[in-house]
Amino acid sequence: MTTYIIRRLLLVPVLLFGVSILIFGMLQFLGPVERASLYVHDDFKSENQLNAAIKKYCLDCPIYVQYKNWLLGTIDSVSGERVGGILYGNFGWSKTSSQPVVELIKHRFPNTVDLALWAIGPIIFIGIWLGVQAAVHHNGIIDQAARIFSIVGTSFPTFVFGLLVLMIFYANLQWFPPGRLTDTYNQVVRSDSFHNYTTLLTIDALLNGRFDVFLDALRHMFLPVLTLSYLSWATILRVTRGSMLETLRQEYVTTARAKGLSERDVINKHARPNAMLPVVTLAGFTVVGLMGGVIITETVFNYPGIGAAAATASVQLDVITVLGFAMFNGLILIVANLVVDVLYGFVDPRVRLS
Amino acid sequence: MTVVNPTGDNELLGDAVAMRKIGRLERALGPDNYRVVQGLFKTPAAVIGTFLITFFVLIAAFAPLLAPPLNPNDPYDIPRDGFKAEPKPPGTEWKVRQPPLPVWWKAVTGKDNWVHIMGTSEGQYDIWYGVVWGTRTAFRTGLTVVIATVLIGIIIGSISAYYGGWVDNVLMRIVDVLYVLPFLMATLILAAVLTPILGRTLLPAMVAFIVFGWLGYARVIRSDILSVKQRDFVLAAQVIGVQDSRILLRHIIPNAIFPTLVLASLGIGDVVLSFAALSFLGIGTALGYADWGQILSFARNWITSLNTYWYIIVYPGVTLVLYVMGFNLVGDALRDVLDPRLRGKV
Repeated sequence: MTTYIIRRLLLVPVLLFGVSILIFGMLQFLGPVERASLYVHDDFKSENQLNAAIKKYCLDCPIYVQYKNWLLGTIDSVSGERVGGILYGNFGWSKTSSQPVVELIKHRFPNTVDLALWAIGPIIFIGIWLGVQAAVHHNGIIDQAARIFSIVGTSFPTFVFGLLVLMIFYANLQWFPPGRLTDTYNQVVRSDSFHNYTTLLTIDALLNGRFDVFLDALRHMFLPVLTLSYLSWATILRVTRGSMLETLRQEYVTTARAKGLSERDVINKHARPNAMLPVVTLAGFTVVGLMGGVIITETVFNYPGIGAAAATASVQLDVITVLGFAMFNGLILIVANLVVDVLYGFVDPRVRLS
Repeated sequence: MTVVNPTGDNELLGDAVAMRKIGRLERALGPDNYRVVQGLFKTPAAVIGTFLITFFVLIAAFAPLLAPPLNPNDPYDIPRDGFKAEPKPPGTEWKVRQPPLPVWWKAVTGKDNWVHIMGTSEGQYDIWYGVVWGTRTAFRTGLTVVIATVLIGIIIGSISAYYGGWVDNVLMRIVDVLYVLPFLMATLILAAVLTPILGRTLLPAMVAFIVFGWLGYARVIRSDILSVKQRDFVLAAQVIGVQDSRILLRHIIPNAIFPTLVLASLGIGDVVLSFAALSFLGIGTALGYADWGQILSFARNWITSLNTYWYIIVYPGVTLVLYVMGFNLVGDALRDVLDPRLRGKV
């Protein structure tokens, strides 16, 4: 177990270095003028200014010097301040939103976390529940329905699903609007009397005692959560069902039945815990994978999270912003994957004991 | 065809073998490949999938008949009936810049005028035309990306498995690094970086899919080769002194690769799905190019009135879903045939 964790930890610096090289490599597709946005946000009015900036930030230096500057930034000789340097959180200047990339991330990321937190519960519990039901009623009506759902689900692109539910629940029924908040509540949230304790809107609303704001936020998040969930349900259902079917064929399940346990105990206490092994990893990666899923979902529902921001920046070809997001996401995902892998080590006896 | 009865002494075996007739098709394909073909027609789901794929192949093949292009040299350009923003419902008559009438139209409907069968989207792009020619775009992108990624995957995977040691380590760490970002985000970024260089064509997204798409194949082929490497016939070849490269190319790869190839061909569905997603976000082809994601993206400006303009999303959306579902259904059936351990589970 210790060797497993150590080996897994040793991979982290490799991944960090690799991802930084990958993103730095993509930056090299840009000309020096565009790369200057990493350090300054001026529009260059003359050739001289431009050349001065290129010289100052060493944008035509050898590639390893540039890589070092990109990581650590340079010290401004006049003011003595550090300019740039992604390790210090300076991802550059976002031209499309006219603010530092890091500010954009600070504004948008909590919204995405808020959405993801609300999606995780339904994804995992409903997905597993559906899978267990399908396996227990093997070849019954529930099972057939679940199989059809899982095949249709994996073939249904998120954005088509999103547009369809918008058509039904917003355009036709007017139940769940897109966006983040209704305008009146938006003003409430921006007013001084509303304290941002955690920057997660739903939790802050509860902490402020504004139940109406909380409900309005939930109403806006219902469709995005549904869209994020259904695709994951399809895969979690499949894996749970398969693993559960296999477990139910094991001899200890027969033993449990033979000694006269109720079917509910057989399933809940003997079969299900053992069938959860592959599901745990999958659930971990599903949660981590939400970071990719939010790009489409947030765009369809006009939800102001980091995914929608990344999509907008990409479409407007604001590469500095996009790569800033990529670096930020890369860091988060490396850590998240590490956590999932280590947790898996604790859950799976084959890893734990090797 | 004659049934050959074994004349061995074992009567039980004789009965078992003689009962099965071997058809002409099975003879031509060989038992393994025949089993794969059989899998395509085994379950109702597989039959539906095979039918859907055939259906889309036919649409792609007969695209010029179903929706004649305005300019035969540039058929992927969706013809526009004027420039007004507001979409028109299905069945509206075509007013300006009408493409040639398809030959079957008069025979079927008895009318002389070409109409918008599925309506028009924002900017009067004909949806029917986009859906029909979008099928060709789907096959083109899907096939190109899958062929390229499988080739790269095979090369990297077999080098990694064959040389082992630090080569294997370095290659697999590169795979790990490329796996860090979610596929959609990685391809979105790379396509955005490449668009100014390659222009607004199919290319940036396709290159991005290839760069990030081979990872899974490389891993699968690597592990398949590692397991085939342990088999006795490889040992036998080594014992009689066959060259290593010949063992890899002639003995190991052919035995390890067939499942991957079949399954990869079914990955076309996934590629088309991701491609439509990027296109929906606005990365990819130029405005008015016949591709499903783009037609769907026109709906984004009409969210509040989708109850009136349902046809902008329903027709291309259903087409895309059916296309991907065809490949997924057949993929499931083939996975059952190729990997008996999974039979009945998925």
